Amino acid sequence: MAKPTYVYVTYILSTPEKVWEALTDATISASYWQRENVSDWKVGSSWEHRLPGKSADVIGKVLESDPPRRLVTSWASPADPDNPDKTSRCAYDIEDLDGKVRLTVTHTDLDAEGLKAVSGGWPAVLSNLKTLLETGGTIPDPFGAVRRQPDA
Amino acid sequence: MDKVFKALADASRRQLLDRLQAEPGQTLGALAEGLDMTRQAVSQHLALLEAANLVATVRRGREKLHYLNPVPIHEVHARWIAKFERPRLDALAALKHHLEGDQDG
Repeated sequence: MAKPTYVYVTYILSTPEKVWEALTDATISASYWQRENVSDWKVGSSWEHRLPGKSADVIGKVLESDPPRRLVTSWASPADPDNPDKTSRCAYDIEDLDGKVRLTVTHTDLDAEGLKAVSGGWPAVLSNLKTLLETGGTIPDPFGAVRRQPDA
Repeated sequence: MDKVFKALADASRRQLLDRLQAEPGQTLGALAEGLDMTRQAVSQHLALLEAANLVATVRRGREKLHYLNPVPIHEVHARWIAKFERPRLDALAALKHHLEGDQDG
């Protein structure tokens, strides 16, 4: 196993099924991520990460799919989709801890460019997902703070 | 959230988080190297950080790799720092950084 580039963990008062749905439903993902995650989520299928109505920012394949426990996808730029050096791997592990869910996001093989994009984004996405599932509300502009950083 | 603030209320633990941010995925041995702390003290600090969910760990073979997990810190940020305050706070943070340098306050 390659050494992960980043590991993010959040605990959410919810069920594994709801967390899985939030990660894989285009409308729900748009509400806390501002991006639709679109696929049939079967192993070997492609998936897309896109602003509603726009072309994709990230594309890739579904590498593992075990609802509602584990989802692994590859991440690549639509401009350079078949370059293994520019393809990273993202695993979502969803564990049921008796009324609470531990969601672990393990991002592996990120190059410097991807790393910069992801390190600002994931904490916002995960804390926003937690807010959505626990209270039904989201912060209107989860990436405003990230975008305003001069070097982001 | 109490655990997060307690875990952050210690210069040694903040230093460990800095080291994990600089180089993610370190083992206990690598983290303890060059620090003025016993390996046992580092291990105890890491356990506390992990309990506060500020450190995430991954097992790789016999190794345990440690990662800074900034999600709880983002929750603190999201709860108290409204988005309209952000540009002014950025300006203050930049000024403080400029005047004081990188020292840990």
